[in-house]
Amino acid sequence: MEEIANLFHGFTVVLQPFNMLVMVIGIVLGVLIGVLPGLGGANGIAILLPLTFSMSPTSAIIMLSCIYWGALFGGAITSILFNIPGEPWSVATTFDGHPMAQQGKAGEALTAAFTSSFVGALFAVIVITLVAPLVAKFALQFGPAEKFAVFFLAFCSFIGMGKEPPFKTLVSMMIGFALAAVGLDSVTGQLRLTFGFTELLTGFDFLIAVIGLFGIGEILLTMEEGLSFKGKAAGINPKVVWQTWKELPRYWMTSLRSCIIGCWMGISPAGATPASFMSYGIAKRASKNGKNFGKGEIEGVVAPETAAHAAGTSALLPMLSLGVPGSPTAAVLLGGLLIWGLQPGPLLFVEQKEFVWGLIASMYLGNFFGLIIVLTMVPLFAAILRIPFSIIAPVILVVCAIGAYTVHNSTFDVVLMLVFGVIGYVLKKCDYPLAPMVLAIVLGDKAEEAFRQSLLGSQGSLGVFWSNGLVGSIMALGLLALFWPLISDGLAKLRARPAV
Amino acid sequence: MSEVSQATGRGPKHRQVEIGVAIATAVFGAIVMIGSLQVGITWGIEGPRAGFFPFYVGLFIIISSAVNLFQARSEIPIGRLFAEWGQLRSVMSVVIPTAVYVLAIPYLGIYLMSTLLIALFMKWLGRYSWVVTLAVAIGVPLFTYMMFEKWFLVPLPKGPIEDLMGL
Repeated sequence: MEEIANLFHGFTVVLQPFNMLVMVIGIVLGVLIGVLPGLGGANGIAILLPLTFSMSPTSAIIMLSCIYWGALFGGAITSILFNIPGEPWSVATTFDGHPMAQQGKAGEALTAAFTSSFVGALFAVIVITLVAPLVAKFALQFGPAEKFAVFFLAFCSFIGMGKEPPFKTLVSMMIGFALAAVGLDSVTGQLRLTFGFTELLTGFDFLIAVIGLFGIGEILLTMEEGLSFKGKAAGINPKVVWQTWKELPRYWMTSLRSCIIGCWMGISPAGATPASFMSYGIAKRASKNGKNFGKGEIEGVVAPETAAHAAGTSALLPMLSLGVPGSPTAAVLLGGLLIWGLQPGPLLFVEQKEFVWGLIASMYLGNFFGLIIVLTMVPLFAAILRIPFSIIAPVILVVCAIGAYTVHNSTFDVVLMLVFGVIGYVLKKCDYPLAPMVLAIVLGDKAEEAFRQSLLGSQGSLGVFWSNGLVGSIMALGLLALFWPLISDGLAKLRARPAV
Repeated sequence: MSEVSQATGRGPKHRQVEIGVAIATAVFGAIVMIGSLQVGITWGIEGPRAGFFPFYVGLFIIISSAVNLFQARSEIPIGRLFAEWGQLRSVMSVVIPTAVYVLAIPYLGIYLMSTLLIALFMKWLGRYSWVVTLAVAIGVPLFTYMMFEKWFLVPLPKGPIEDLMGL
């Protein structure tokens, strides 16, 4: 029960007036970021990260994680009212959310979405509170070989579980590793891959990559689609909220199932987007109103929103306890930890109790305040969406440029941001996933260090990754994840054979 | 936007772009391998040398690029477009001004360039009146100035205009 005491201590940290203030600012900014095209959770946080350098790490992580919750909430607003998913994980919410809005039930849809998001997040935070300290305690025994095995597992899951072609995922990931390797080698202190360019001495910063790939790339995609906003009016009043809340408990089974799917997909780095689709698909099959899905069924809003929020939140579990982020946004938060001088990983739970439990407590409170803020301020956020793209686009470009500049006070980074933006646009159009690239840039140095230290210990023998039961089973899990598509195909064929 | 509808059905082929991307990633992989060889990929006194890990990363990139190239040639329908010319024109209408913007920032400062960028977009793509355009184009950088230089004390790149104004 030590965790409960720690959690209460965390609440006393969060309830300090300054931290409450940054929490509310974070949520409002986050919803804004979630609503605006071209600004998402990952690059919104990347842009704002430099502004937190002067804060204490605890206040900084509270603000940034609240931006993340806000962005998760914000995605639902655009999906339901405008049929435009502000974030990839809210695509599934458009299927039933927007038809509901067209039938004049926007208020119900929004209330259902926000409440489900809250339920999903709450479930995930409880899982984090209970499980993360245990995982961290376990992971304290990890040596370099086990650490590398965990990275291996994370990256293999991307290749095997992702919906993109595996070799494209591999290319994207390896480009990330290569970019991470540029500059000073952290083990030998030698310069590498700079080819004499002084600009490359410090290497590629993942924040620049995130702002370019997700921010600029997204604007270019939006320009190509020639998007115009045609939205439904948003009206939420207490009566609608109350009525919807009375109706929601009926879908407890869908909720619970979506929570579990979300947590599972969030912890393994599959992420919120597949979680929301999978949850929607299963709810459609399981529900007795399944055939009405897509025509404005409230259950079709509950399922994806619960799962997306549960996944988005639980993505922080491996980030906190193992130092392996479950999503690009968690990767940016992890990068923040490094910048604030904290070492992500299991030791965090021992050495930085106030930070960890402050963050976990802020997840409870942040999501609760988030729910209240979005329920009361929907019309305002919807009004922002009506600002035409020809105003929004250049302003977002300017914001991205400022964000890229402030990372290292370097104008070269701003140029690099645009290069990443164009690359991101082309790669995205060609089905290359961008998340593995970002994760590899963030984790590249640590993965490489763990790999080389393991080899040093074993005098160069790869057998070190199979030298004991623990590292062997993590590596085996990694291989299983890597070849999962082949294995599941094989199993399906085996099962089909007797029938023939 | 009328240009877009006229250009329907014409544009670069998706297959060619995919092949181009695969070749580009392979070249990138080769550059990484060459750079790794320069710093040494063998086992030194300090253990695996600095180029050891990136060398194999580069190798993986080349192998996967080859698979992607092969799949692009065999699996993508020949008629599929990457994007229509009109769409690409819209994309370039963002890329080119932004390129000028980022390249000019070191010389003219971020505030002046931001004003010009926003004004250009609003006037050219949005066709707003001068009053609205100027209000947003001057208001946003002004707000940025107050927030960064005064509130957060983060200096942003400035140019001759700011020097003249004595900021």
